[in-house]
Amino acid sequence: MKTTNDTTTAGHGGGDVRLTGIGKTYGSFTAVHPLDLTVPQGSFFALLGASGCGKTTTLRMIAGLEEPTSGAVHLGDQDVTALPPYKRPVNTVFQSYALFPHLDIFENVAFGLRRRGIKSVKKQVEEMLELVQLGEQARKKPHQLSGGQQQRVAVARALINHPKVLLLDEPLGALDLKLRRQMQLELKRIQTEVGITFVHVTHDQEEAMTMADTVAVMNAGRVEQLGSPADLYENPRTTFVANFLGTSNFIEAEVDSASGGELVLKAGGGKLVLPGARNSAPTTTGGKVLVGVRPEKISLTHADDAGEIPEGRNRITGRITGAGFIGVSTQFVVDSPVCSDFEVYVQNIDRDARLVPGAEVVLHWNPAHTFGLDAAQSLLAGTVGSAGVETVAEEVG
Amino acid sequence: MATVTQAPPVAPAPETKPPRKPRGRGRWTPYWLLLPGLLWLLVFFALPVIYQASTSVQTGSLEEGYEVTWHFAAYWDALSEYWPQFVRSVLYAASATVLCLLLGYPLAYLIAFRAGRWRNLIMVLVIAPFFTSFLIRTLAWKTILADGGPVVDALNTLHVLDVTAWLGWTAGDRVLATPLAVVCGLTYNFLPFMILPLYTSLERIDPRLHEAANDLYARPSTTFRRVTFPLSMPGVVSGTLLTFIPASGDYINSDLLGSTDTRMVGNVIQSQFLRILDYPTAAALSFILMAAILAVVTLYIRKSGTEDLV
Repeated sequence: MKTTNDTTTAGHGGGDVRLTGIGKTYGSFTAVHPLDLTVPQGSFFALLGASGCGKTTTLRMIAGLEEPTSGAVHLGDQDVTALPPYKRPVNTVFQSYALFPHLDIFENVAFGLRRRGIKSVKKQVEEMLELVQLGEQARKKPHQLSGGQQQRVAVARALINHPKVLLLDEPLGALDLKLRRQMQLELKRIQTEVGITFVHVTHDQEEAMTMADTVAVMNAGRVEQLGSPADLYENPRTTFVANFLGTSNFIEAEVDSASGGELVLKAGGGKLVLPGARNSAPTTTGGKVLVGVRPEKISLTHADDAGEIPEGRNRITGRITGAGFIGVSTQFVVDSPVCSDFEVYVQNIDRDARLVPGAEVVLHWNPAHTFGLDAAQSLLAGTVGSAGVETVAEEVG
Repeated sequence: MATVTQAPPVAPAPETKPPRKPRGRGRWTPYWLLLPGLLWLLVFFALPVIYQASTSVQTGSLEEGYEVTWHFAAYWDALSEYWPQFVRSVLYAASATVLCLLLGYPLAYLIAFRAGRWRNLIMVLVIAPFFTSFLIRTLAWKTILADGGPVVDALNTLHVLDVTAWLGWTAGDRVLATPLAVVCGLTYNFLPFMILPLYTSLERIDPRLHEAANDLYARPSTTFRRVTFPLSMPGVVSGTLLTFIPASGDYINSDLLGSTDTRMVGNVIQSQFLRILDYPTAAALSFILMAAILAVVTLYIRKSGTEDLV
């Protein structure tokens, strides 16, 4: 944004978005269980989850479009729970954009300013249209624009009001993949430029991870885990998070011994080492632990070369049942005694021609990349086809 | 995860063919489909209009027969003699249209956005009067507005009639045989023609647009003024036309609920045709009415600029 606008931004002040015990029920159905959430000022925050998990309802409660059954919404020091949407310093980019079909692009963008009684809107609207690269389209009607352009109008229409918080409700859902990638970067750029707090609702884990500073993974009306994208990816605390963000391999193991911050686990006759700090399961000897490891952390060595594997790595033997070449990497599916379809992604640096379906192999990885989860949960939570998950983002390729 | 297959050999670009023209019988299908409607219009609209046009410039008498003498003065004579009825027609029809809009808009809005599961029931109630004939419904209003009836008594007690009498809409403590009664009848009879198009265009409005307006600092009243109402303009325009056009040519309401002082142009045409048997004047009056309505409608559509709406 041009510096001229910064003065207006400053006038609105700032502050965090604080949700305290906010919940929503429809009759006997609980859309959102009472939850506490703080979105720091100026951050890009993503609410990630499958459809029906309560993320949009949470967003709408911040906007004032949905009345919470319990709890309060604070913007900075102001309690806005009882304020109608038109009195909240918050603007929304709607899922289907909801542009006014009878107004041209200029008037769509100017709508919020005019409603607040601002007379000279021309300069601001033009600057905003420049920011989203739509200066030429000002006098067109929404239906004359492409999906990507409409999306940018929706962003401009909301941003021009310098809200304390910009709410984005699956704003990229209607765009094709390529355009979506481009818009992700563009939204991120705009957010960095204007410094407004963005709360972004999405079901696309890749989108959330690309754009957001902090991601809250929601499942069945609760926040399952909250953290930075890398933290969520590396240290999932539930199988839902582990499966919803990327792909995870799980091995059911039994605690053998614990010493010096490391757990030694028994699985299918072999031993696996798990750093105590990365374990969120109870660790009584003999207790069950789900051992997780991401497919790209694993190395694959042909069984004939097993002797060359350095000491101190977790290893599992198995047989390749599938191999998919996707350019930068090859994705293997390995059948092993501890897990029947172990996924392994191998970078195509030095391809070993022997690694074809049917080959006996050893999987091995640095124990530091292992995480431990409570075994008392479904292995399939958050995967395709499991209850509540209709759409799962594309696999990491 | 997908295995990358070998890139297929570049397929030869398909030859660009011009879009296939329908050949043989297919080509004539649209015209065959139009034919029944066109024939109907020709026989029952175009021919009568031509016949009426020729009638309007005839002179003569019933006994001696009429012949075309290009007597255009009939138009001027008709207009100079019956202009009060023309003005009255436009006035009554316009009042009924405004009343229909004021009554119909809230109802259509309610059905479109608030009725929920009652929507279908209310729609049936709106259409229900059509199950009875126009004539019977109008006669029923004669009973409703009868002198000394409950409605008139109530209006009298509330001193509403004093106000309407002062405005010249009613006379004394009567409602029947006054302009008010005619306008009430017209309003009642044409109300569904207002509600249905209004409902159709309101129902098409995405409720998320209301949310978006709300989100952009528009309070509910502003949202209505800036978003809902402009988007319902197609319905307002077609509703007002569907009400105004038949109402301005109507004669039954004036005939049954009015008096000689509330005669509309429809009544004049009817009596010229059927009672006085002065066909040229009746035909000339019909054409003037048609031209007037066309002019008003054209002006109205230009002004409201609905062709600009999506």
